[in-house]
Amino acid sequence: MAEAEKKLPRIEIDAVRCKGCSICVDFCPTKVLIMKGTIVAVDNLAACTRCQLCDLRCPDFAIRVFD
Amino acid sequence: MAVPAAKQRLSVPFDYDKYLRPGKLPHIWCPGCGHGIVLKSLLRAIDKIGWEKDNLCMVSGIGCSSRTTGYVDCNTVHSLHGRAFAFATGIKFSKPELNTIVISGDGDAMAIGGNHFIHLCRRNIDITVLVYSNAIYGMTGGQYSPTTPAGSYATTSRYGNIEPPFDPCEMAKAAGATFVARSTAYHTKELEKILLQALEHKGTSVVDIIDSCPIYYGRMNKFKSASHMMNGLEKDGTITVAQAAKLTPEEIGGRQLRGILHQAERPEYCENYDNIIVKQATATKGA
Ligand code: SF4
Ligand code: SF4
Ligand code: SF4
Repeated sequence: MAEAEKKLPRIEIDAVRCKGCSICVDFCPTKVLIMKGTIVAVDNLAACTRCQLCDLRCPDFAIRVFD
Repeated sequence: MAVPAAKQRLSVPFDYDKYLRPGKLPHIWCPGCGHGIVLKSLLRAIDKIGWEKDNLCMVSGIGCSSRTTGYVDCNTVHSLHGRAFAFATGIKFSKPELNTIVISGDGDAMAIGGNHFIHLCRRNIDITVLVYSNAIYGMTGGQYSPTTPAGSYATTSRYGNIEPPFDPCEMAKAAGATFVARSTAYHTKELEKILLQALEHKGTSVVDIIDSCPIYYGRMNKFKSASHMMNGLEKDGTITVAQAAKLTPEEIGGRQLRGILHQAERPEYCENYDNIIVKQATATKGA
């Protein structure tokens, strides 16, 4: 389990699709994401729990979290 | 590496692109509009039920919600304002094997298409209706709709709406729909589950989905952001049927109920019609 926890997830943001609504930033339980101007950016990848809430609530099909 | 099954499943993102027409995104909806979230829940439910895209037909009317049909890679009809119900009835009636879904909004379904909506429910034809309820006419500039709460603001109710709103679920139930449920864009997994049950249901199923129009309803009613609105209206503004069962009406207050609100069994329209054909054919043969 320790190894799996060390492995960081990969967060893919589609810059063309993202409209900067901040929904993913506001609902991320561990504050992984931030707004950088009008597009979302990853700020603290180590805190990501791969809960997928950002993807589930993104209205623009713009963010995906891979293991 | 032994990762628990649930965790393993969660960490694989769903591939929405296989249900979307290539090159159509970014979509037309405003930043933070709930319609995209609802569409994603619907696509996951369709994937779960396993319908082939060729056997699926989505019909919409006019409005922001109705733009959905432009994005989904299946048989689609973007019809007239309020008339998606009539178009869908015709499609289902002539091709009962097509899994048919109507995408509508509160204005499209409750006002302009109100009459078509009730008669679709009355017939109990095997169609699933999604009402994207954001309490506003978004596409035409933020006019109040039949579901805008009394007292709230729209471009046509600058001093507060003086009309009482309709409840699309009560309307569907009274008209004869045999599956009636409500969820929200915020509760995206719950919504997916309810949509799956609605798709599985034989007969007319109606799902009222509270989602947010941050651009008109949100701005007019002093919501600071899309998430502020989702928290206020969708999360705090609703309560599950199970939770509500333990509370008094005073404790429930103005919160809207989520979950399956009505389910009944009644003969389905296309089957009824088929029965007549079979009966008449056998009668003629016998004569
Ligand atoms: S998967 Fe969960 S924890 Fe990771 S960025 Fe998305 S919302 Fe945050
Ligand atoms: S929810 Fe989607 S569109 Fe909104 S900021 Fe995040 S990635 Fe961008
Ligand atoms: S006007 Fe409102 S409902 Fe229409 S796309 Fe924009 S946010 Fe969504």
